[in-house]
Amino acid sequence: MSTPALELKGLKKSFGKAEIIRGIDLSIGKAERHAIIGPNGAGKSTLFNLITARFPPTSGTVKLHGEDLAGLEPYQINRKGLSRSFQITNIFPAMTVFENVRCALLWAQGYRYSFWHLVARSHSLTEGAEAILDQINLLERRNLPAGTLSYAEQRALEIGITIAGGADVIMLDEPTAGMSHSETDYITDLVLKVTEGKTLIMVEHDMGVVFGLADRISVLVYGEIIATNTPELVRADPKVQEAYLGAALEAEH
Amino acid sequence: MTDQITTDPSRPAERMRAGSLSLTVGPWIIAALALLVMPFIFTSNSALTIMNQMWITVIFALAYNMLLGQGGMLSFGHAVYMGLGGFFCMHLMNYIEDYGLAFPLPLLPLFGGLFGMGFAMLIGSFSTSGAGTRFAMISLGVGELIAACSVIIVAFFGGEEGISGDRTYGLPFFGVEFLKQIEVYYLISFWLMLSALLMYLFSRTPVGRMANAVRDNPERAQFLGYSARWVRFYSFCASGFFCGIAGGLFAISYEILTEENLNAASSGVILLVTFLGGVGFFFGPIIGAIAFTLLQTVLGLQTELWAIYVGALFLATVMFFPGGLAGLMMMHVPAYKLGKAGGLVVPYIKTLVPAAIGILGICALIEMIFHYRHGATGDTEMTLFWTTFDSHSILPWIIAAAVALFGIGIARATAPAMKEAWDEANTPGGAS
Repeated sequence: MSTPALELKGLKKSFGKAEIIRGIDLSIGKAERHAIIGPNGAGKSTLFNLITARFPPTSGTVKLHGEDLAGLEPYQINRKGLSRSFQITNIFPAMTVFENVRCALLWAQGYRYSFWHLVARSHSLTEGAEAILDQINLLERRNLPAGTLSYAEQRALEIGITIAGGADVIMLDEPTAGMSHSETDYITDLVLKVTEGKTLIMVEHDMGVVFGLADRISVLVYGEIIATNTPELVRADPKVQEAYLGAALEAEH
Repeated sequence: MTDQITTDPSRPAERMRAGSLSLTVGPWIIAALALLVMPFIFTSNSALTIMNQMWITVIFALAYNMLLGQGGMLSFGHAVYMGLGGFFCMHLMNYIEDYGLAFPLPLLPLFGGLFGMGFAMLIGSFSTSGAGTRFAMISLGVGELIAACSVIIVAFFGGEEGISGDRTYGLPFFGVEFLKQIEVYYLISFWLMLSALLMYLFSRTPVGRMANAVRDNPERAQFLGYSARWVRFYSFCASGFFCGIAGGLFAISYEILTEENLNAASSGVILLVTFLGGVGFFFGPIIGAIAFTLLQTVLGLQTELWAIYVGALFLATVMFFPGGLAGLMMMHVPAYKLGKAGGLVVPYIKTLVPAAIGILGICALIEMIFHYRHGATGDTEMTLFWTTFDSHSILPWIIAAAVALFGIGIARATAPAMKEAWDEANTPGGAS
């Protein structure tokens, strides 16, 4: 078997005495679409934050393509090809939509901390940013300040920024949170389109989105994964139904 | 170009104007011409001195805004970098004189810049890890530290009297020995154009763009592969470089540097200048520096109380126009684009002229109070607005108070109409 794209071993996180993540082992293969579901407060976002080094773990390891990420800063992890979005929209509100995407391309295109290139003169930056804007349907908004976009558009922009750098492991934290039905469909299609051939790990509340998108699902309850399997088998798992899914599914059907 | 293209190949490239020079050259040419002809319009020596001071302040304010406006870093001790660059240049100037070095004076500011940048690298290595209170406090602390050093390390800072020199011992530069003020003026103007252009271009580079990104949202920038700390560090060093250039020009222009050039008061002034001009636009600090220097010199000649008026102007700017004078100007762009800016002229005159008269009335009262309290004993005569009167008689007080009240009263009465005109001018379409 090839090296998994992302591998978690014995990952734990405590805030004071409260143990939020209580030992997680998870292996996600290349080009797999993996969803993490679970009730509120299960620790889904915390898990994301541990993987991307927003917080340091209390114990355990995170491996990206077999490489241990311990002690790396978020920007170093990003350079290794892992990119994430946030549950609460996290963009550059005062900059234009185009600038937002262009900034996301700079490191990936090798500009580093250059002060001897002019960004406006680079075809590859301009065209790259426009290609992303085209993918996320925001070309017409390109010159507006990002903070003035509608909520759904900001979420789309957030996804655009996340994928722009060409990372092969994409982590999306509730991309459809707080959206209407049609907006949810729009974002789901968008996620499918832009993560083609990439490893996707997403936290999601909307069961329709999860079952439509994911190859495998992990169910996180109180800081532990109680099941990891294909959507059908997770749906049928009595443990999962008891802990979480049953109620949610009944409510939906 | 050598850039690899990562664009989706199925989509033919929309050739933007990316290849063309995206820099608008118009304003730069106008600025350069203005710098060239200014000495022919304002020919007096004192005008030259004022302009020299003004252009040095412009460079300093632009450099300061690389941090404040573009990088979101509030520094309370930025005079240090200009001051140190100046002191270093002063020593270099004395070295040239003492050892007869063949060194052309016009290059001196470059070395001031390098020294300023060197010191910025030292301080930036630990101060740029955050942008908030921590950064501000470190800048304040370093500022105090260096100011205190100026009376301790006398060999470098020259103690309380500072150090002075003579700029004319450098290698003559195409026959120019910088004896005359006008020669210094063009030297400063040259460095102003060069520095402003470089600072503008810096804001258009990858690291300059990321400075904006880090300012807006440092965490997001981290998840795009950029260390917020390193981005801040680069801005900080670049800012230190241009501050040092301003310091070198100061050394050339004044031939003396003292502790005053790097103390907290000077750091406060540059913050005020930059904010007054507006931190949100590249040209904001330029306007701020020009306005402030004019107030300081021209108004300073008229009244001892100039600092009060500048302080009041600053407060009003912060409270009502957080975008500064530049923001105030740019507010009118939408109306101008709608072709409705003309409709604002009459309402503006109706409100702003009485307001200005009212403010002058208040100023007269302030001046009279000052004269009444602080005039020499027996000296009751004062001159204000080309009128000489007795500050101890009641009539001038009544007149000034009446002017103030009427002016402000009329302004208040016409303000709603101005507001209405403003809203109308900013509404697209519709009957005019």
